[in-house]
Amino acid sequence: MPLLLFIALAVVPPLASMAGQAHVTGLFARGMIFALAALGLDLLVGYGALVSFGHAAFVGLGAYTVAILGAHGIHDAAVVVPVAVVAAAAFAAATGAISLRTRGVYFIMITLAFGQMAFFTASSLAPYGGDDGLTVSTRTTLFGYAPLGRDVALYYVIFAVLACAYGLMRFLVASRFGRVFRAAKENPVRVAALGFDVYRFQLAAYMVSGVVGALAGVLLANATEFVSPAYMSWRRSGELIIMVLLGGMGSLHGAIIGALAFLLLEEWLAGVTEHWKIIFGPLLVVVVLFARGGLVGIGAALARRWWRG
Amino acid sequence: MKRLSTLLAVAAVTLSASAAAAQERLKIGLITTLSGPPAALGQQQRNGLQLAIKSLGGKLGGREVDLIVQDDELKPDVAVSKVKAFVERDKVDFVVGPVFSNILVAIMKPATDGGAFLVSPNAGTSNFAGKDCNANFFVTSYQNDQNHEVLGKYAQDKGMKKVFIMAPNYQAGKDSLSGFKRYFKGEVVDEVYVPLNQLDYSAELARIAAAQPEAVFVFLPGGMGVNFVKQFRQAGLADKVTFLSAFTVDESTLPAQQDAALGFFGGANWAPNLDNPQNKAFVAAYEKEYGHVPGSYAFQAYDAGQLIDAALKATGGKTDDKNALRAALMKADFKSLRGAFRFNTNHYPIQDFYLVKVAKRPDGKYQTEIAQKVFENYSDPHVKDCKMK
Amino acid sequence: MSTTLLIVQILNGLQLGVLLFLIAAGLTLVFGVMDFINLAHGVQYMLGAYLAVMFYGLTGSFVAALVLALLASLGCGLLLEFVVFRHLYDRDHLDQVIATFGIILFLNQGVKLVWGAAPLSLPIPEALSGSVVLMPGLLYPVWRIVIIASGLAAGLVLYGLVAHTRIGMLVRAGATNATMVSALGVDIRRLFMIVFGFGTMLAGFAGIMIAPILSVEPGMGDTILILAFVVIVIGGIGSIRGAFIAALLIGLVDTLGRSFAVDILRLFLAPSPARTVAPALASMLIYLLMAVVLFLRPSGLFPARGR
Repeated sequence: MPLLLFIALAVVPPLASMAGQAHVTGLFARGMIFALAALGLDLLVGYGALVSFGHAAFVGLGAYTVAILGAHGIHDAAVVVPVAVVAAAAFAAATGAISLRTRGVYFIMITLAFGQMAFFTASSLAPYGGDDGLTVSTRTTLFGYAPLGRDVALYYVIFAVLACAYGLMRFLVASRFGRVFRAAKENPVRVAALGFDVYRFQLAAYMVSGVVGALAGVLLANATEFVSPAYMSWRRSGELIIMVLLGGMGSLHGAIIGALAFLLLEEWLAGVTEHWKIIFGPLLVVVVLFARGGLVGIGAALARRWWRG
Repeated sequence: MKRLSTLLAVAAVTLSASAAAAQERLKIGLITTLSGPPAALGQQQRNGLQLAIKSLGGKLGGREVDLIVQDDELKPDVAVSKVKAFVERDKVDFVVGPVFSNILVAIMKPATDGGAFLVSPNAGTSNFAGKDCNANFFVTSYQNDQNHEVLGKYAQDKGMKKVFIMAPNYQAGKDSLSGFKRYFKGEVVDEVYVPLNQLDYSAELARIAAAQPEAVFVFLPGGMGVNFVKQFRQAGLADKVTFLSAFTVDESTLPAQQDAALGFFGGANWAPNLDNPQNKAFVAAYEKEYGHVPGSYAFQAYDAGQLIDAALKATGGKTDDKNALRAALMKADFKSLRGAFRFNTNHYPIQDFYLVKVAKRPDGKYQTEIAQKVFENYSDPHVKDCKMK
Repeated sequence: MSTTLLIVQILNGLQLGVLLFLIAAGLTLVFGVMDFINLAHGVQYMLGAYLAVMFYGLTGSFVAALVLALLASLGCGLLLEFVVFRHLYDRDHLDQVIATFGIILFLNQGVKLVWGAAPLSLPIPEALSGSVVLMPGLLYPVWRIVIIASGLAAGLVLYGLVAHTRIGMLVRAGATNATMVSALGVDIRRLFMIVFGFGTMLAGFAGIMIAPILSVEPGMGDTILILAFVVIVIGGIGSIRGAFIAALLIGLVDTLGRSFAVDILRLFLAPSPARTVAPALASMLIYLLMAVVLFLRPSGLFPARGR
């Protein structure tokens, strides 16, 4: 299923241009960016039962790195990406160290607190647009070349980053690190009794997740050529959680499917009626009531039925 | 003889109609805010543009119109993706919108890079009036600072000594207060920035009461203004302190503010009771169609529709020659609801501005009414930074 | 910053505090007793305000509007409980989050469809409009005093119910260990319904009382929901006492922070940077407070049980 998903994503641009619907490429590019952020979040939510309600802060951090460095004339990925990664890792280390002392809903709320702090900080950055945000004049370059100039090129860069991140996550989840981390979700006391420092494993996962979010932010700034504090609002963090849950948490490709489904449904329904939320809302309720495990769960159930019948 | 001329006229109309029918339909994308609390403003914009198209017989410049409306959800990245779809998928010739400045800043590049003309029926930021001015961008409203300058000028002319000023803590808020202070030279007893979308103004009202100013000047759009006006009246300040404001008491908020806003002042380039025949017809038609009094959002969107219509009439409905179309837009050869105005070199209007006052009409509805003219043929100061000639 | 100004701001902080308490009380009970995260609690506050506006339009009397809107919001709450929520009690917290989020989207949009997107308002009852002189030079709106008083009264009633009645005892027991209560032969479903209906009514009551001060508009419940969550987390989930103290704390910190941040920062900074930094800092203050409280006490100030 994940393989099919990536093949499908790979052929979007040629199909879209053949059908004369080039903007679909842009739509899917946006979808994949959010899929990347949701993927990072799924590591925490799905494998660690750590529901971060401040994940949009990382996306914003990455986006602002592009815009702020760009405002000072630095556009090269060789600088932008490392700076974004280090900034996100540092922010994750500092906030995670405090947040991970709490559990459950308290963890949700304390990550929200840090997300809000990042949001208000970004809003008060008057030299960088404050609340209005900031236009990104030049897309990120690589050693002076401009590979992201064309939308299709940008699409495949996003695709490649998403694929790599997915591979990395798969590896991470299956590794010894991942096994300890997953076990800590089920029974932290027992894992601790086995001699593992649960807190450090969780902090590491929190940092990885934050860095992936920041990469999504770097790509988002390039795709929209604009950054804004709105990227960090708690509503955006909430949407990321909904994406993970809609797709089905704890499966990685579920997060990707959830993000794509969320954005495509939104796009499609908004085209049907201005009051699309009146359809979208109950749809979420129905998914929860009748499809445990999100969209991936539905897919698996259908596949089983087809196999039997 | 008379019959012959009628016949000729009918023939001419039929001919031109069939020529127009042969032309492709004109595509216009409207990007505006239709969700969240500010949705009422976006709806006025949509209504205004739709009414313009309807009153022009469903055509602009003789071409049938496909109007595609999209909600920006007040999220810049959503707006960018919707505008890209306008340009790439729908191949629109004009993008009209948005309500808010931060959305305008975000969509400028995708809209104009894609070859469309962007017509803003509300937001008019200073950067696009000055150093970042754009040949394919036209504003039918004002430069954002101007409405605030109206109140500053009025307070100065009135010889007010002490004024308390307040705005939300975001770019437009800061522009607002600096716009007010550009003309007001008396004492600013306090300058307060509140968080965006603050609901309760008890803290600030207490400060106002303590400072005892002659007047307050506030910029609190939408729900913020509704809350502040009600609380200002309840705190008993309305009888002691003159209420000056911009975008705080207008036709979008008055249905909720009602009597609480009576006698409060705003600044505008237009009001529903502005005395000219085209405006009377517009207000009557709008109220009949939508059941509420139109505000500046509706009027400016209506003018955006008229602007496009006039320009296309001049080019014979053609949009492929961008230079000719731009020159035609620049002429603004239509009967604006605000009366005469012309475009400056930065494509922002040069127009009159008024002090407006909230009043209750005999039919029980509320509207702003012209109190006095404050600026005549006023152009914004940023135009000097714009390289376009 | 004069003494009168300080007193007024403290009163304003109290008023915000009791409002938050009315909303947070239901939220914390539903969460504590039923282990149910109800994000739709904020839209119930919004619904209360809209219903009051509607009934005021129909009857022209504030008291009638208050009573009818309270009953109607109770009805709406029970309807939601019956149709959706009761299928979610034994589900994962995250399932509850996504379903109740769906309800938020639906009701926000539904309200806009029915009443329009433009903000509405509810007038203050004639007898309670205007201001009173509390002390020389200190004028304060009567309606805000009414809000403070009715919030405190609701708090007292709630305390009485929870501390001194059989239902209250079951609620306290349920917040500590719901499974045990159920095993002891108590009809837990009925208890849930009572708790839920009561919580809904409190949220609706908050919406009705605040409607004359704030604009009634779609989405008005979203921000207050987040604040209410901050309150119950600081107070400790399931604890009415914690919610009460935390609500007053948040109300005071937020109000005083907003009004005095500039003055305090001016002691350290030049006026112009102080003006730009202060509002951002003031908005952050309650989140900082929450982070500090949770850092020191990971389960809030008055945890009802270990979570």
